[in-house]
Amino acid sequence: MRPGYDIPELLERFKKGQVSAAARLITILENGGIDAEAVLDGIFHMTSNAYRVGFTGPPGAGKSSLIFRLTKKFREKDKKIGIIAIDPTSPFSGGALLGDRIRMQALSDDPEVFVRSLASRGSLGGISNCTDEVTDLMDAFGKDLILIETVGVGQSELEIAEKAHTVVVILVPESGDGIQAMKAGLMEIGDIFVMNKADHKDAELAAMEIEDTLKLKKIADDAWRPRVILTSAKEDRGTGEFAGLIEEHRVYLEQSGLFLKKRRQILFSRVKNALMDKMERRLRASESVKNIMADRMDDVYEGRLSPFRLVHELEKIVTIK
Amino acid sequence: MSRKIRVLVAKPGLDGHDRGAKVVANALKDAGMEIIYTGLHQTAEMIAESAVQEDVDVVGLSILSGAHMTMFPRVMDLLREKGAEHIMVFGGGIIPEEDVEKLEKIGVSRIFGPGTDTGKIVEFINGRFQDED
Amino acid sequence: MSGKKGFEEGKRKYLDSFGKGGLLDVDFTTVSGAPVENLYASDDIEGLDYMDELGFPGQYPYTRGVYPSMYRGRLWTMRQFAGFGTAHDTNRRYHYLLDHGQTGLSVAFDMPTIMGYDSDHKRSEGEVGRCGVAIDSLRDMETLFDRIDLAGITTSMTINAPASILLAFYLSAGEKKGTSFEKMGGTIQNDILKEYIAQKSWIFPPEPSLRIITDILGFCSDHVPKWNTISISGYHIREAGSTAAQELAFTLADGFAYVEAGIAAGLDVDKFAPRLSFFFNAHLDFFEEIAKYRAARRIWAKRMKEKYGAKDEKSMLLRFHTQTAGCTLTAQQPENNIVRTAFQAMSAVLGGTQSLHTNSMDETLALPSEKAVRIALRTQQMIAEETGVINTADPLAGSYFVEAKTREMEAKAEEYFSRIDELGGVVKAIEQGFFQMEIGRAAYAYQKAVEAKKKIIIGVNALMVEGEEIDIPLLRIDPEVENQQVKAIRDIRAERDNDKAARELERLGTAAAGGDNLMPVMLDCARVYCTEGEIIEELKKVFGEYEEPIFL
Repeated sequence: MRPGYDIPELLERFKKGQVSAAARLITILENGGIDAEAVLDGIFHMTSNAYRVGFTGPPGAGKSSLIFRLTKKFREKDKKIGIIAIDPTSPFSGGALLGDRIRMQALSDDPEVFVRSLASRGSLGGISNCTDEVTDLMDAFGKDLILIETVGVGQSELEIAEKAHTVVVILVPESGDGIQAMKAGLMEIGDIFVMNKADHKDAELAAMEIEDTLKLKKIADDAWRPRVILTSAKEDRGTGEFAGLIEEHRVYLEQSGLFLKKRRQILFSRVKNALMDKMERRLRASESVKNIMADRMDDVYEGRLSPFRLVHELEKIVTIK
Repeated sequence: MSRKIRVLVAKPGLDGHDRGAKVVANALKDAGMEIIYTGLHQTAEMIAESAVQEDVDVVGLSILSGAHMTMFPRVMDLLREKGAEHIMVFGGGIIPEEDVEKLEKIGVSRIFGPGTDTGKIVEFINGRFQDED
Repeated sequence: MSGKKGFEEGKRKYLDSFGKGGLLDVDFTTVSGAPVENLYASDDIEGLDYMDELGFPGQYPYTRGVYPSMYRGRLWTMRQFAGFGTAHDTNRRYHYLLDHGQTGLSVAFDMPTIMGYDSDHKRSEGEVGRCGVAIDSLRDMETLFDRIDLAGITTSMTINAPASILLAFYLSAGEKKGTSFEKMGGTIQNDILKEYIAQKSWIFPPEPSLRIITDILGFCSDHVPKWNTISISGYHIREAGSTAAQELAFTLADGFAYVEAGIAAGLDVDKFAPRLSFFFNAHLDFFEEIAKYRAARRIWAKRMKEKYGAKDEKSMLLRFHTQTAGCTLTAQQPENNIVRTAFQAMSAVLGGTQSLHTNSMDETLALPSEKAVRIALRTQQMIAEETGVINTADPLAGSYFVEAKTREMEAKAEEYFSRIDELGGVVKAIEQGFFQMEIGRAAYAYQKAVEAKKKIIIGVNALMVEGEEIDIPLLRIDPEVENQQVKAIRDIRAERDNDKAARELERLGTAAAGGDNLMPVMLDCARVYCTEGEIIEELKKVFGEYEEPIFL
């Protein structure tokens, strides 16, 4: 029932700009394995130009709505947009209900906007393991701007800082989001803080609290000072200014040479992470590790051998030249 | 990593009866599938374009407003135009038997009437895809 | 042995012997999943104060009914909801129903009309005249009521977001027949809050929507005194999968929100509250439903008096229409639906309803055929004429079970009211998805219970018939309807005075942006044959459109 695929043929069609080919290649990237590697090999040389913006913040803060509004603004400037919207995979069933498109459906008649929903799958939280690769693919597909919407809960939200040039933290006045943001470390990674639902009575106060907290951070004179902005996605207020701020941050990164630096950082951490990932998977799959553990865990259970000592033994069979 | 079945669940038409669509979306999710839910008031164009961008295996449409003989054929045509005729399309809602036959003729895989056990829908979809996994 | 001691001993003995012979392996909860005891006795209604909790029919707190003589004075209005195809098709059905003894009319509109699109709008394609009748302008309304005396009948219109427009069309249609506004009676549903909560046929955001509603309240209390201005509806909340207690609580909460909006707009509560009415669902769980209606009357009366300071008794009366539960009908063995509907209708009558719609057996298959509609109407007539239940008011009062359940319903509703208050009121609770999530969870839980066969639906998960052939005639909507309607609306645009139409629309826009009551200028728009879609477009420019919060 499900059609097979032919990667070289898909890549051909991808280069011609066919959406269905791009969509299928994303599926292959999502599914991982050697096919995913082949796809990335096929498109990686075409990447580099797209600007990547990550959006994090608690569920219900209006991330999808704001991304919809921003996309409209950027479309006025003729930017081609890719959107990656990530929702959590259920740890119980492995299934996922991806609902971010609901807010974005009005974009579906615009051929220059590509929206893709991803389930977080094996990843522990905020983003999918293949986010980088899917971003590359959208980049290679000719998108100027790629907007990445994270799940919005959990520590791994911070990972978005390793994937995006600009990190936007979206908060709402109610329920003390500001404090949560500080606890979660979002204050450290945000380049732009958005207080959405500007019509809320506490919106200005909440925005000021964020400003105050940011003032405590030591920031060099010539460094980017994180900005706070009030918006209302519902009424489309403040969104033009918000788009302007993202642009301002991009110009800052470029002029200060940080853009290149950031791009290198992103790639450096990708290689590192991919390596770790691969090593971990190899270790998990290793028969000899399994055998030794089967033999020696009794010694640990009964106190004859400390956990560290067993690890030393295991290490000997893992050779990295 | 094994491939997940991806399903687009959409609610075309002007009515707001999304109870069925949401129940089905949740049931398919609980059965381990990835559901892209588009919400209310979808046009055929929105549905087909989303299905292609999301590279889904299945599209499920819930129609209660009586517009099924307009909506299904148009979605099928658009999917074909976009080179996505491999996508399986099923439907749910109040659809008379003779229309069901007509819809099956134009390639709609199955119409689930009111009162269908969601387990049946899960089984039906899994049945179509299990040969590969 | 008698007295308290005897009671205690009898109860102990009863509990000792209960279940000795074994019990059926059945889920003994209501259809809403609420627990039911094996037996109710006098200790379950301890301290029941007759005058405080029940009162006599027609007396505060109206638990036993809103009128002293109840059905001996006047039967409930038998009001079958109908509408399909063009106004001409539906007019014919109305004459059929009136000829068969129906006593009120009820208009079902098609989806484009409900959503404010003209029949020739792109989004109307495939939907014109399908779920109801297509009404685009005053002209269609004139056709719909051709040869029907609008002073001699009351008409209910199931219309919400564009209610003001359809009311204007209706009043103008009467005006053209020479019937004055004061003589016209009827109901518009006009309950936008439950649209945000459950039915989802909204157009504008809550704030302007409530302004339109208070404009209608103000205009009708001055000019159309017999009009029921809001039919506060639990029906759709229940159909979306809520429990009985949620239906009760959310509907009354909506009602109180309208009262508060009216008061905030400077209206006198006793001037508009007597024209508010309610619309409930009659679901399958017989006693739970009866308790729901009785609790509703009591809660409404008490709050109106105590919280909102109503002085006029009419403001405290909860009058309601009932429709049997469409969601309980099965596509399998559709004739069984006749029986389900009969039980549901009976609960509504025993619960003291003022008007009733009984569903037709074929509604899960298509719009009802004439024969199916007649059987549905006959069901009500049999209850009225043959069963004898109309002889006495509130016949179940004093039943330990019914009174205990009525109290329980009231307590559950009060609990929900506190939660809604904590969230900042109904509109805030909608924005936070409170109702939507509560209903969604209840719907999913019920579906699971059905699939696990904890809840039985005959013909669906039990007692199925293999290879069943459905042999009831179905009503088909001719696809030609859409073409006819599209042509009709183009004719109107060609024939009317377009300059006048444009001028009135502009006046409407100005009124909307300002604070004047919208109804007078809405009527002017109707009179010069502005279409519904044109009026809505004009209002959207000022009011914007609603965006639903997402909760999956």
